Amino acid sequence: MSRPILKLTNVNKSFGPIDVLHDICLEVHAGKVLCLLGDNGAGKSTLIKTLAGVHKPTSGTIEMDGQPVEFTGPRDAASRGIATVHQFGGTFPLMTIGRSFFVGVEPTIGWGPFKIYDRKRANAVAVKAVRDFGITRIDDGDRLVGGLSGGERQSLAIARAVHFGAKVLILDEPTAALGVKQATHVLRIVNEAKKRGLAVVFITHQVMHAMAVGDQFAVLIRGAVAADFAKGERTREEITDLMAGGETMADLEAQIDAAAV
Amino acid sequence: MNNLSIGGLLRRPEAGAFLGLAAVLAFFVVFGSSKFLEPAGAASWLNVAANLGIIAIPVGLLMIAGELDISVGAMIPAGSMTVAILTGHYDLPTWVGILAAVGVGLTIGLINGILVVRTAVPSLIVTLGTLFAVQGLVLGLSVLITGTTSVAITADPISKFLFGQFLGNTFQVIIVWWVLLAAAYIFVIHFSPYGNWIFALGGDKVSARNAGIPTQRLTISLFVVSSVSASFVGMCQAILFNSAQVSAGMTYIFNSIIAVVVGGVLLTGGFGSVVGIFLGTITFAVVNQGIYFTAFDRNWSSLIIGVMLLLAVLMNNTFRQIALTYSPKKK
Repeated sequence: MSRPILKLTNVNKSFGPIDVLHDICLEVHAGKVLCLLGDNGAGKSTLIKTLAGVHKPTSGTIEMDGQPVEFTGPRDAASRGIATVHQFGGTFPLMTIGRSFFVGVEPTIGWGPFKIYDRKRANAVAVKAVRDFGITRIDDGDRLVGGLSGGERQSLAIARAVHFGAKVLILDEPTAALGVKQATHVLRIVNEAKKRGLAVVFITHQVMHAMAVGDQFAVLIRGAVAADFAKGERTREEITDLMAGGETMADLEAQIDAAAV
Repeated sequence: MNNLSIGGLLRRPEAGAFLGLAAVLAFFVVFGSSKFLEPAGAASWLNVAANLGIIAIPVGLLMIAGELDISVGAMIPAGSMTVAILTGHYDLPTWVGILAAVGVGLTIGLINGILVVRTAVPSLIVTLGTLFAVQGLVLGLSVLITGTTSVAITADPISKFLFGQFLGNTFQVIIVWWVLLAAAYIFVIHFSPYGNWIFALGGDKVSARNAGIPTQRLTISLFVVSSVSASFVGMCQAILFNSAQVSAGMTYIFNSIIAVVVGGVLLTGGFGSVVGIFLGTITFAVVNQGIYFTAFDRNWSSLIIGVMLLLAVLMNNTFRQIALTYSPKKK
């Protein structure tokens, strides 16, 4: 297997006396999707915040392209190509698609103090970037972001991260609030990002969505990696059981049935 | 900027302000006379609009950025008393007084901005605090220094020409400042890349910061601009009327917010336009002054303004819905 673009070795994180992450070892490869599964409170968000430079690990190392790195903050991580897309994050409902896409890095024409925002170019680039990801319903960069569906907004945010040179894409529950069809949209985009050679970390608790795009899976339970396996090594039921903390769903169903009788 | 279809116009933030102004103008032409559109009549509301407009635009920008500044009410007398005390009482050159007035605006703006950014206390409360603090400071210092609450001032001819003359005997020169400043704001907000930052800041502060926008510096700058603008207006008024009072300015707090909201700015931030605020200011001034050209008692003008504000907010909500065509739940 190729060298991982991002590698975590024995990463621990504690807030004061509370240990949140225990000896996390993970590898993220270019062109692969790593699905991070876990129930609420399993430490998923702490882990992605550590990856995104928000938290510093208490101990353990993070390597990028084989070099050990220490992120000074989210900006540092972002400049090294780690992009985190939160639900609807990075898009502004009352701004146009073009303006929202280029917030902070507006393209300009003109010179000196009379540089003006290049609306045409911004719109063209933004629309093309999104359409390249297969969202063909977006054709006018002057439309407001708030007029897009949830899936389209998520796609816009992902397209934006990719356009600005992300190498590692961290998607925080991108499908959680979406309907079935919208979620399919986003999953297709995750696939497209993977095809373009990006490393994707896909956080979810929907096993179906994970199995649709994932190459590698890690299940987090109480801050530790409880299972780490490749595509096809486990069935859906096994993964769901793992996420529930080892209690099998079948047992639970039996209990409910017993109670109903 | 946009395709010139009716739908396209309706989707812009100033759509409501434009229709509102048209309705108000029609109202006063029908019930009053068209005299208030002639030069002598126009001066009455243009003067009001210019004084208010210079303050309303930065207040509106702060609102777009998700903040509120009500300390402008105290900054107007602060600006006029500063220039009056230094120039009128101490006989210093007028330009010293003008610079000091701007300096006072700068200082209070910095205090507002830094407090809001550092403490995360809502800006309404922070500026409510500075509103009263500055008001008390101006009153106390004025009485302490001059022994009175009203100070006469004789500005030098150049300052008088620039800030305090009547053009054609009726138009205050501040109208020219207002139009020039509005043009500059339109350029910065809608054409330069920085305008985008303000909308992003009001739309989603966390995302804006993640996108690399210096949100704190931007917020502080906006507070400085609004404070300096209010101080500037106070300074101009003192030079125009050759005197300064401690008490002037409290009406500007609500009036600027009305002008901004009628102008189509979203109270919670992220949406609005300078042209809208400009039109909203004119609308406010026309209602405020147009009543004199009708047979109605002028006490009714507050009723009209109140109803107009409510209508404007409802109308702007509708227009924003049109703009979004479909609105997912706001975060």
